[in-house]
Amino acid sequence: MLIDVHAHFYHARTPRADWRECNASRLAAGRTIGITIHVASVLGSWGRTSPIYFPSPRDLEDGNDALLALQREYPRSIRGYVTVNPNYTDHARTEIARCLDTGMVGIKLAASRRATDPLLDPICALARERGVPVLQHVWQHRRRDWPGQEASDGAELATLAARHPKVQFILAHIGGGGDWQHSLAVLRAVPNVSVDLSGSGVDGGMLEACLDAVGVERLLWGTDLTMDTGWAKLRYLERLLSPADLELVMWKNAARVFPRGAFHAD
Amino acid sequence: MRIDVNTFLGAYPYRRVPGTSRDALLDAMARTGVDAAWVSHLPSLFWRQPMEGNAWLHETVAREPRLKAVPALHPGLRGWDVALREAADRGAPAVRCDPTYYGLDPAGPEMRALAAACGAARRPLMMAVRLEDARQRHPNDHAPELPAAAVRALIRSDAGVRLVITHADRGFIEEVHFGSTPEEAGRVWWDVSWIWGPPEDHLATLLDTIGVDRFLFGTGQPLRIPEAGVAKLDLLDLGTERRAAIESGNITRGLLA
Repeated sequence: MLIDVHAHFYHARTPRADWRECNASRLAAGRTIGITIHVASVLGSWGRTSPIYFPSPRDLEDGNDALLALQREYPRSIRGYVTVNPNYTDHARTEIARCLDTGMVGIKLAASRRATDPLLDPICALARERGVPVLQHVWQHRRRDWPGQEASDGAELATLAARHPKVQFILAHIGGGGDWQHSLAVLRAVPNVSVDLSGSGVDGGMLEACLDAVGVERLLWGTDLTMDTGWAKLRYLERLLSPADLELVMWKNAARVFPRGAFHAD
Repeated sequence: MRIDVNTFLGAYPYRRVPGTSRDALLDAMARTGVDAAWVSHLPSLFWRQPMEGNAWLHETVAREPRLKAVPALHPGLRGWDVALREAADRGAPAVRCDPTYYGLDPAGPEMRALAAACGAARRPLMMAVRLEDARQRHPNDHAPELPAAAVRALIRSDAGVRLVITHADRGFIEEVHFGSTPEEAGRVWWDVSWIWGPPEDHLATLLDTIGVDRFLFGTGQPLRIPEAGVAKLDLLDLGTERRAAIESGNITRGLLA
């Protein structure tokens, strides 16, 4: 069993004319790699009618609906994170309830509001109530504001996680750019944050540093936009870890972080 | 036969990287099915006199037939022409220059002189676009990335020069390839280390639009884990012949023919 905790899909109301091909490519590559379940999110219209990281309520509903449709089409291999924009608190809470009630298994926060902001608290409260994890998009070391997103870094996610110790957080794409050592340094003392290994970065030493910082029980395998790099990290871990520990990263840790029954074999 | 044209030995100044020794490189090659590697000396990219690393590099790989040294040349310093002759005498498959790390104009007169000399010596000139993702570089690591315009300028500057560009992404490759004449573009080879695989399919697209014959297997190890290069090819439906071309055939039949 192999669970990809960081996947994305596209839909017709995005700027991509090749959205069908891209979705099919992910599923085909997943079969080659051996991915059992893609836990995915859709970031609204992916920039077509509102910004990727500041999606409008309408675009969020469209994107989440598209993902629910994919989940229905591929009931054994696709699960969804409901994506919300914390600037629209009532909408976010309503959308979370709607999508979790129809089978989604987690909450995706992109970069619409800093992780330290109190506006994230009502969302985290709902995550706790429903027993689902929060996948937080992270810029591993944010030294300034970047255009197009109100990104958070590992330290800011750690602050949020400390405020909500009963919620499971997933630090997104440790290989997704930025200084991953900065993130890892603050995560040691925050037990309710797991590290998602996805991202295009395949830096030598990164996986060893992840293991050293948070231990094998807080590592989750994932791909994000590049599946070859995810597969490469999995192959590297096959050499680095015992078979039992490798299983933790491949799926058992995910089965613990996500609600019971989220995956058919957990 | 799988040849990794993009490997390094020696420490990286901006973070601890495991596996920088010759034996560790050989272990990683065995692990990932790499039969031979072209090796550069990583520390000297950051030295004032990068050519001082060449003696160590030659000596380190001399007793290991699976490794081929790619010595560094700094065309702004005396002795680079001697180092180029030595590289040719030793049978180095290529020489390298990283002008932005050396503080050189990447398309300036020194680089044009080097390009011409490499053309005359029939030694391919290797350059890296980057070593790390720009978003994660050390605060003191300010060397600019190699611009695509410089690659276009250098390939136009001498009719005999052949370039091997590593760590380039799809946009960079397309800009140079389609911004050059077919003859010019036919003298540039690209390693696959920084090209995205599925679901974006950047590599599959480039193989279709630019052609398999322009690409070489490269990983950037040990700064990057070499499994990525292999996984990238494993995810493509390449067929034996096209895959072999990338993994070694384009070197013997194209770059070094």
